[in-house]
Amino acid sequence: MSRYRITRDDLKHAAEFRADPLGIPGPGLQRVLNLLRGGPRSGKYVLVVKEPFQRWVLGRLPADRGQSVEIMEGLEFTDLAEAEWEVFKLRWKANTGQDLEREL
Amino acid sequence: MTRILGYADRVSAAPGERIQVMVSCEGLEQYDANLIRVIQGDINPSGPGYREESVSLDLGGPFKGRYQPINAGSHAVVNGAAPFNARTSLSVQALIWPTLPGRGSQTILSREDPESGAGFRLYLDPKGAAAFAFTAKGKKSEGISTEMPLIAERWYLVNGSYDAKNGALTVVQRPLKPYPKVNDAGKVSRTVPASMVSTDIEAPIMIAARPATDRPAMEHFNGRIEAPKVFSRSLKTEEMENPAGTDCKDLVAAWDFSVGISTEQITDKSGNQLHGHLVNLPTRGVCGHAWNGDEHCWHKKPEHYAAIHFHDDDLYDCAWKTDFEIRLPDHISSGVYAIYLHSGSEEYYIPFSVRPPRGTTTAPVAFILPTASYMAYANNRIGIDLPETEIVCGRLTQINPIDLFMQTHPEIGLCFYDLHNDGSGVFYSSRLRPIVNMQPKQIGHLGGAGSNLWQFNADTHILGWLEQLGQPFDVITDEDLEAEGSKALEGYRAVITGTHPEYYSAGMLDSLQFWLDGGGRLMYLGGNGFYWRVSWHPTLPGVIECRKSEDGIRAFAPLPGEFYASFTGEYTGLWRRNGRPPNELVGIGMVSQGFDYSSPYVIREASRDPRSAFVFEGVEGPVIGDYGLSGGGAAGLELDATDHALGTPPHTLVLASSERHSDLYLMTPEDMNDPVPGLGGTEAEIIRAEMVFFETPGGGAVFSTGSIAWSGSLSHADYKNDVARITINVLKRFLDETPFAPAPVKASRQPGKTTCSD
Repeated sequence: MSRYRITRDDLKHAAEFRADPLGIPGPGLQRVLNLLRGGPRSGKYVLVVKEPFQRWVLGRLPADRGQSVEIMEGLEFTDLAEAEWEVFKLRWKANTGQDLEREL
Repeated sequence: MTRILGYADRVSAAPGERIQVMVSCEGLEQYDANLIRVIQGDINPSGPGYREESVSLDLGGPFKGRYQPINAGSHAVVNGAAPFNARTSLSVQALIWPTLPGRGSQTILSREDPESGAGFRLYLDPKGAAAFAFTAKGKKSEGISTEMPLIAERWYLVNGSYDAKNGALTVVQRPLKPYPKVNDAGKVSRTVPASMVSTDIEAPIMIAARPATDRPAMEHFNGRIEAPKVFSRSLKTEEMENPAGTDCKDLVAAWDFSVGISTEQITDKSGNQLHGHLVNLPTRGVCGHAWNGDEHCWHKKPEHYAAIHFHDDDLYDCAWKTDFEIRLPDHISSGVYAIYLHSGSEEYYIPFSVRPPRGTTTAPVAFILPTASYMAYANNRIGIDLPETEIVCGRLTQINPIDLFMQTHPEIGLCFYDLHNDGSGVFYSSRLRPIVNMQPKQIGHLGGAGSNLWQFNADTHILGWLEQLGQPFDVITDEDLEAEGSKALEGYRAVITGTHPEYYSAGMLDSLQFWLDGGGRLMYLGGNGFYWRVSWHPTLPGVIECRKSEDGIRAFAPLPGEFYASFTGEYTGLWRRNGRPPNELVGIGMVSQGFDYSSPYVIREASRDPRSAFVFEGVEGPVIGDYGLSGGGAAGLELDATDHALGTPPHTLVLASSERHSDLYLMTPEDMNDPVPGLGGTEAEIIRAEMVFFETPGGGAVFSTGSIAWSGSLSHADYKNDVARITINVLKRFLDETPFAPAPVKASRQPGKTTCSD
């Protein structure tokens, strides 16, 4: 688990991610991603494949084996970059309480 | 949904041989089956296109679908015990090291009739306290519990006793190492009417489980059991305080698990011959209560390894009934094939190798299908169990239908990347069960941005390339290599590896080295190969053991004292910790892994050496492989490089290497004695793939790419690219009979991590 805490100084890193969610991050953004992509299994966002290489729906991992993956119907994507940005915003809000679209 | 599953009794067969096929359907009345040849398993629209070829062979379908369950959970069964006298006293004693006390009822020892339930059992109750119960035919169970939960991973002596003289039922638990202010000892007695007690049943004795009506066993124990005993009398209080010896009076059975550790048998030392057998491969060769660090090898001091670790999720053989058998045509070509099961939109592939007829070769080159490595990754739960998968891959984890299936069907069994339900590591992996991630069309998790393929399906990138090239090739498996030794390679001028032949046994390594020493030419088209030592079971088919001792990139560390394989007694771990680093065999060894993006190689000075001129004929350079389906480059995922201190031959030519990777690429722990800043791919020089070439004394040679991603670049631009050109050049020269001249050795052993060509 990362001990890093996001501050307003990280908004520039959020902008970097928005510009290229599938790119190789710089060190500052990587530190933010280490925090946002860390965390336990339970509730972790995943992309559930609806059609390979074409369509995905957001899901969340359960706590234990044997339990179903939660499917977040309606949160479908046909573009991996869009999916990454959506999850980045969800996690940013969960970490900071701030709506990233409004902040940027 | 995955509603049709199957497996075969073998993973390699020669023309004319038979294969048994086991199938289970959920909600499907009927299915059909065909034989197909696997050519290219990647379904990425940006890839070369999925290709399979139908083989004209009537397999006898359509078949009636039926459900066949998977009964996970390990235990011991002792048949043949005479019924105990209905009116006699009885005691059960065992040492236990529970790992999941409080997670349901867990049996230590039982003897119960599965139909009537009559009998007795010593167990942990749902609270995790020792309990002892009797059930008379047609009566409700009568039991007692200490009501004192045991602490996980601590040794206890537990006793259950019935005294027929006074009807006293007693249960005792005593920690072998008591702690002040920790109250985990207990003794409880109560009287029960004789009519409630039934001991005169003929059912088998079970250790670590009790019988069930709808499956072989239930309420499995999680943890270690040592020295279980049954007595035909009640034990005195002082006898319940210490483990009884095998010379104790009135012993009915006394199982000594330190005997036959490498077998599936358990031995009764009471003299009553109540020997038993194990089901679903619980872990042996583990420390018992007496282990004190004096000896780390179980076969040198077996009395310290007198425990067996049982798990409720152990699985060796599904033992399904055979649904059909196929006889391979006499003239079928060698290759990778699959039995294709299908019903409507449901489909399932069971891949296997058709090897050439025994004792022959049908092509000058052989591809070794790395089936031991497929077993090592069988049904891995990397996408669903490991939260760090996203962070190490640098992208959201994609959950495929097979992941959803494994999540809701954990009984399908585990592999070397998983933990048991009790958190202990998995040491055994079997192929006698459906392996859902060993199919064409499957997408992995660690395969890099792009096609994201891993192991079997990634290897079809090489099969597809060979097919497109029109190069005849044979396919043999790791199991062939293990079973037949270097004879399996006799007659081949060249051998090609898979993308990630990570798991090798001593026998497999010996065979490959022997063939190479005799003039063979080896094309290692992968990364992180020849890394972990595995042991094949000496008698049971289709199962390997791997204990990742000391260090290395691993999902867990074995406990101290448990570094020796129970199957064979071999010391385990990395081959480099066993005196045989991969560098000696293929010139390079694992240095880093990262699963986001791959990088290109840059051609180095040594590429101009006349010895290796053939490699780069028609190649422009200096950058090669800045494209591909496995991370967008030819150098990626897991990387190998030279290290003369680890045995890279001194005349090795480093032809090309990658220069810069992302910081998700990190050094391996075995190279990181003293962590310092700058260990990521943008800074650490050690993080690189090195493409190498060297000649062997027998006139043969080795070409290694040092990257799992290499094969993902072969099909770029319709196979017209530098990666494919280099691979073709090497194959062409390696198939040329002209011996490679012995190379001049320019220097003596070089220190550190410099390369001979630098």
